[in-house]
Amino acid sequence: MKTVEVTKSSMIPIKKGSAATQKLLALVSLVVMVIIFSVLKPVFISFNNIMSVMLSTCVYGILALGVTFVIITGGIDLSVGTVMTFSSVIGALAISKWGIPIIPGILLALAAGSMCGFINGVGVSKLKLPPFIATLAMMMVTKGLSLILTGTKPIYFTNTPMYREIALGSIFKIEGFYNAILIFVVCIIIAVIVLSKTIIGRYCYAIGSNEEAVRLSGINVDRWKIVIYTICGFFCAIAGVIMSSRLDSAQPALGPGYEMEAIAAAVIGGTSLSGGEGGMLGTVIGSFIMTVLINGLRILSVPQEWQLVATGVILAFAVYIDLLRRRKA
Amino acid sequence: MDTALVVMEGISKSFPGVKALDKCRISLNKGEVHALVGENGAGKSTLMKILTGVYTKDEGRILIDGKEAVINNPRDAQKYGISIIHQELNLMPHLTVAQNIFIGRESFQKNRILLNDKELNRKTEELLKLFNLDIKPTVKVSELTVAKRQMIEIIKAISYNSRILIMDEPTAALSETEVEELFRTIRRLKNDGVGIIYISHRLAELKQIADRVTVMRDGKYIDTVNIDDVTVDDIVKMMVGRNIFVSAPEVNASDDAPIALEVRGISRGKLVKNVSFKLKQGEILGIAGLMGAGRTETARAIFGADPRDAGEIYVNGKLVDIKTPTDAVNAGIAYLSEDRKQFGLALGLDVETNIALAYFKKFTKLFGFVDTKKTSENAEEMVRKLQIKTPSVKQKVKNLSGGNQQKVVLGKWLTRNCNILIFDEPTRGIDVGAKSEVYSLLNDLAKQGKAIIVISSELPEIIRISHRVLVMCEGRITGEVSGDEITQENIMTLATKHID
Repeated sequence: MKTVEVTKSSMIPIKKGSAATQKLLALVSLVVMVIIFSVLKPVFISFNNIMSVMLSTCVYGILALGVTFVIITGGIDLSVGTVMTFSSVIGALAISKWGIPIIPGILLALAAGSMCGFINGVGVSKLKLPPFIATLAMMMVTKGLSLILTGTKPIYFTNTPMYREIALGSIFKIEGFYNAILIFVVCIIIAVIVLSKTIIGRYCYAIGSNEEAVRLSGINVDRWKIVIYTICGFFCAIAGVIMSSRLDSAQPALGPGYEMEAIAAAVIGGTSLSGGEGGMLGTVIGSFIMTVLINGLRILSVPQEWQLVATGVILAFAVYIDLLRRRKA
Repeated sequence: MDTALVVMEGISKSFPGVKALDKCRISLNKGEVHALVGENGAGKSTLMKILTGVYTKDEGRILIDGKEAVINNPRDAQKYGISIIHQELNLMPHLTVAQNIFIGRESFQKNRILLNDKELNRKTEELLKLFNLDIKPTVKVSELTVAKRQMIEIIKAISYNSRILIMDEPTAALSETEVEELFRTIRRLKNDGVGIIYISHRLAELKQIADRVTVMRDGKYIDTVNIDDVTVDDIVKMMVGRNIFVSAPEVNASDDAPIALEVRGISRGKLVKNVSFKLKQGEILGIAGLMGAGRTETARAIFGADPRDAGEIYVNGKLVDIKTPTDAVNAGIAYLSEDRKQFGLALGLDVETNIALAYFKKFTKLFGFVDTKKTSENAEEMVRKLQIKTPSVKQKVKNLSGGNQQKVVLGKWLTRNCNILIFDEPTRGIDVGAKSEVYSLLNDLAKQGKAIIVISSELPEIIRISHRVLVMCEGRITGEVSGDEITQENIMTLATKHID
């Protein structure tokens, strides 16, 4: 029996990648982008522009927070954009057509969004539909329902001028520091805590990492999936309220396309579509990358079509970097 | 005598088209290690999945402490104190050691909403200390070796205060010292009155650890005996139930046969480290090693299925640049993967199409039309040559048995004129009769001058068919045995020769 001698020199150093690398990379890209735009057009870092970037990040950002929960479980939610719209339509109907006061109206909108998420969760867990299909169906259904309920026409909050204050007022009386931004910050804090400090977050990662193992540990995976999709729906509804408040109306045709931006933001921020990895702060950074890019290009007078192209390239690039990191690991 | 901890009797279970279990039984006493043995597909895992609530039984009953138990899901099993350590590791790689062990039993802060990971880590640290394991509770499981992961899984099961522990091939990935460690743990658990059902293919180790052994074959209960009353050979006889095909390879490749394949310094990350070997025409080279030793990864790197960091491949003495499976096939190398269904076959298509699949160019006419006459002639020839049992070449592959599916894959590569054949677990999921057919087929192919690599986890299989055996451990080749040196002991010594 002969034995092969192995020398230490034949060992290959192995580079280790981590999800943190991706987040760091995203943060660095964001900072670089901000610096470049500020140098090219100083107006970019004016208070008003910063607030405007923040405001336009709010809606996408909150959707992205919601969808991040779902993506970490290894699932996907394509219905976030249209569920957002559907929730805003329900809220607008309640407040402007049925004469329900603002607060109960908003609660109704939040309930509507959560219900959509709940149904997604049931479809994915109990009916075993692939998340892509279950939420694609929900996207179509809510889009259709929004159009039906409104008769395809926007509903305005003409009788309740206070509604506009929800997003565009300023509780701190600072011109430009809109409530929407405050709500966004609160959402971020809640999402971070839920994901990293509670059992819900723990099970998001666990299910995304090895669903079968979780099931065999005696955990009711179906129930937790329903909870997680419901949370996503709830976040969509919050986005819906902010959206309709900003526009002072519920626009039934809005929504499609938002889901892709939300998913893109999560992925750019380091959340892996195969599940088990990612985080809320990464998603926030990802959301800002997208809005900063669009805002900056607009300030540089780049046509809107090209802004889209740039976003697409950034997304592909981010995922490619993620793949490289994974392959090395 | 006390009432038995567990009694399973008259257990039957059918899956569409297969009777997996036919009136099986097993009983387990307190403080007993009860070995459950049988060949692959004998029904051991199915029986245990019923006990742990993964499957529900069709008939039969389960008694725990003498009372009939209802086990419909893993949660029920947990309530009865039943835990299983799975063969395929059931951990969540993205989570930390502590989070894995206490999944479903998280500690909370006083407010009952936020998790208390500090407490979790402290509890885990205690457990790890109990087992003399030098692992930090906060390390992610993905960063641990297979052996360490296995220990974590055992600790997880024990941490449930289980009274009934099922271990499915617990030593398959462990080195000798780690096995010692495990046995010490098992003995301590025995003293605490825990009953252990121990599934293992390593019959020799049963003598050291088991009290009784139950043998299963083809979904049926064969017998239960005291381990001290039987020899390993007796157990094998009960497991197999008939004479096994035992014949060393008939003709050895002559020493001056030309080298068909030479591999120099193949590396891929930490999975494959500096692997080099030569393979002669007409030779069957076995690659042995434990789970995670890097055998399949080596094959995939040679075949171009995974990118390699370093290394050269020579076919018939000429350097070939293999970057993709297409390059490998063009160089005459075929890879028959362990998962035929996933990688090797288009199950919904017929035998004829599957055989032609790798080389449609040979069968196309002008404008890319397929010459169906030629494809069926070729398929008929392969069916004859390889003795594929199929009603016709138009039969869908999914309707064939495992052994015949294997032959269809082989027919595909022979059609493509591949002379270097890499078989990864060629007999996995094939019954004993078909196995010996596959073995003689390999022999025939070698006699025809094909160069063959066989990767197998079943040592008897490797020993039976190989002219020469390379043994791998942790991505490296740790040794080579040939001729009379090909013994279970020699291979196991090399397979557990951890260099670091």
